[in-house]
Amino acid sequence: MTTLTDPPEESFRLSMLINDTRYRAYTFQFIALLLLIMFMSYLGWNLVQNLAERGQDISYRFLGEPAGYDINQSVIEYDSQSTHLRASIVGVLNTIIVAFLGCVTATILGVAAGVLRLSPNWLVRKLMAAYVEAFRNVPVLIWILIIFSIMTAAMPAPSAFRGETPDASMVFDAMAFTNRGVYLPAPIWGSGSLAVILVFVASVIGVFAYRRYATKLLYDTGKLLPMGWPSLAILVLPPVLAYYLMGQPISLEYPELKGFNFGGGIHIRGSLIALWFALAIYTGAFIAENVRAGIQAISRGQTEAAASLGLRPRRIMNLVILPQALRIVIPPVISQYLNLTKNSSLAIAVGYMDVTGTLGGITLNQTGRAIETVLMLMLFYLFISLAISAVMNLYNNSMKLKER
Amino acid sequence: MSDTHSQSAFVRSEILPEAPPPVRERGIVKWFRENLFSSVANTILTLAAIWAVYYLITATGPWLLNGVWTTSSLSECRDVLDGRTGACFSVLAERWNQLIFGFKYPDELYWRPGLAFVLLFVALAPLLFAKVFPRKLLVLTAIYPFLAFYLIWGGTIMVPVFALLGFVVGFFVYKRLVLQSASMGLLGAVVSALVFWYVTGFLTGYMSNFLALEPVPSRDMGGFMLNMMLGVICVSLSLPIGILLALGRQSTMPIIKWISVVFIEFIRGVPLITLLFVANVVLAYFLPPESSLDLILRVIIMITMFASAYIAEVIRGGLAALPPGQYEAADSLGLDYAQSMQLVILPQALKISIPGIVNVSVGLFKDTTLVSVISMFDLVGMIRGPILGAAEWNGVYWELFGFAALLFFIVCYSISQYSQWLERQLRTDHA
Repeated sequence: MTTLTDPPEESFRLSMLINDTRYRAYTFQFIALLLLIMFMSYLGWNLVQNLAERGQDISYRFLGEPAGYDINQSVIEYDSQSTHLRASIVGVLNTIIVAFLGCVTATILGVAAGVLRLSPNWLVRKLMAAYVEAFRNVPVLIWILIIFSIMTAAMPAPSAFRGETPDASMVFDAMAFTNRGVYLPAPIWGSGSLAVILVFVASVIGVFAYRRYATKLLYDTGKLLPMGWPSLAILVLPPVLAYYLMGQPISLEYPELKGFNFGGGIHIRGSLIALWFALAIYTGAFIAENVRAGIQAISRGQTEAAASLGLRPRRIMNLVILPQALRIVIPPVISQYLNLTKNSSLAIAVGYMDVTGTLGGITLNQTGRAIETVLMLMLFYLFISLAISAVMNLYNNSMKLKER
Repeated sequence: MSDTHSQSAFVRSEILPEAPPPVRERGIVKWFRENLFSSVANTILTLAAIWAVYYLITATGPWLLNGVWTTSSLSECRDVLDGRTGACFSVLAERWNQLIFGFKYPDELYWRPGLAFVLLFVALAPLLFAKVFPRKLLVLTAIYPFLAFYLIWGGTIMVPVFALLGFVVGFFVYKRLVLQSASMGLLGAVVSALVFWYVTGFLTGYMSNFLALEPVPSRDMGGFMLNMMLGVICVSLSLPIGILLALGRQSTMPIIKWISVVFIEFIRGVPLITLLFVANVVLAYFLPPESSLDLILRVIIMITMFASAYIAEVIRGGLAALPPGQYEAADSLGLDYAQSMQLVILPQALKISIPGIVNVSVGLFKDTTLVSVISMFDLVGMIRGPILGAAEWNGVYWELFGFAALLFFIVCYSISQYSQWLERQLRTDHA
């Protein structure tokens, strides 16, 4: 039986609060909390005083009042008599549209540029390096403005398409690039088009099923089925057949010059295109660097090991390098998506009506409710960021190397 | 032996001289074959790249070469060019001062920000090239912020001098008290500096003409100067704050930790534009009614908060990357928290964080263009507002935006090149 001899009981002295490591942490936290509360109440007190002085209050009632302004690009029903809340929702949807389009395009550009930067081709390598450096080192706002001025200043006016020998002509007689935006043919869904779409979806699923089957067959029996041509056939043939069997239900509505402007078709404004392309090219340069770093992080030994097993270069890439590189590449790429979404708030510089343009722009100016609108705006972006980082954490956990 | 010789038709008895490799396997031909035309796909890529380069050159070459530098409006440019493609660079020549200094900064005082800009390099040199310059020169770096403030804003010299002296007083108090305990030292330094500033605040009121330069109000700053000012000020302010936040986030004290976490995650979750909106329209509600903080100061506050949250995350990465043995070693030497951070942990963690810090700084410098959205006249704001708005230059987009892009490219690219050089300098693993 051992007895522990306690150190001599020491009576508590006030100086121990600052000198004794056991209590110091509490002192510090207490001071920090006190300072925080003092700071907050100082801000709050100022707020109350300022509001009283200007005869204002904090209220969200303006959200239910008619907005009184038009939004030129909206995916849901909206007119100037709709409420401010609806205007904000239109803005949110527009933000999501441009963020989605930007992310998809940026990924394509970024992966292509990142892989080409490692190409054995000297010229291509240098060209891609120039692209990455040029876009990473110049503010995205300048790129947005440059592309916006291409869209508005360098494109022909709709009137240039008029007459016997017009100055400008439509691309493939279907797309018109004007200084008021781009006009594309719009699909018209006739009766029976649902069937065509369903067949298309089914054939996409069919392609995946075929590839999975071929892989399984390869692993089980060693028999190698061709992949490329059958996949293409499964993807293309059934929908085309269905399209003609149903009597060509889907047709295109082409944009036409009506009066001073084009009518019909899909109208994409120059502001959306400027924002979309600028964000995509800018973020693409960052993604290219992430992709390159990810591929280079896989040690050469992996490539050599795969080569010594007799794999061909493409298989080495697909089966050995990429699965490992993706683990490294995806987290930074997701945070680039997040950056792109936050940068889409620059829409306000070119007049694209995203949530910053509606809620943080016109609604703020019309109602003068600065605190409420900016708070809502911040909470919206905060929500998106937290949602994306939650997805990223889930992904990281699922991809974590299972160490045994 | 001679038998075998006589039986066979021909046997070489001496070794052949080495032949040179075939033409296709040496020199420039080999390089071309390996780098540009090694396969069909590669050849296609090469041709596409050549086409792209050719297209770029033919598109921009004549435009650059035919550039006009001496006219006074766009229509005169068109007259001079007479239908040829060509740039109208005259706008850069004519509006140079506006692009660089904004349109309100007094003409006769341009030498002051110019001098401050030159001195920036003098001040940065001892910091950036620590191996070349003796440590004593760091004094210049310490003095520079106050000197630059005096040069750019003007006013009596006593303001920056007393501000500097306040730091000196705080430093000596810290030196004195740190022997007792680090926290006492920090507290004493802050309190003594604040008291010093408060007392001397009365003095400067009486001495407002002592060695005074003509004062320039903040709202008159503009152009690229404003971008540089915001970038330099906010990055240098956000570094210490970022370090504190990172240490706070790593702290074992829950309240401190959660304050840091909430601050960092909130700032990182919202775009800079919304923070600039806060500076523009919201911050005034939270300040005392009689205070009149000007816009540029409010913007500096918000951008600094923004940058420090990002820098904190980078430094936290550096702290996390250190092997735990370093923390334990510092503890086992009997160092207290402040000492172990100062002497063991932070030097290593900051070294690891350099690339990240540089990335954040470059990103922040680029983001200073966003202030044009809240109608401040930085470089982009000047271009979009007064210059493109002027009747004589309405329509010169490429020259102006190209110039802005070039300026930012030069600054950002040199910063990133420097950081790569520094990484090589600081490498200690001799790999």
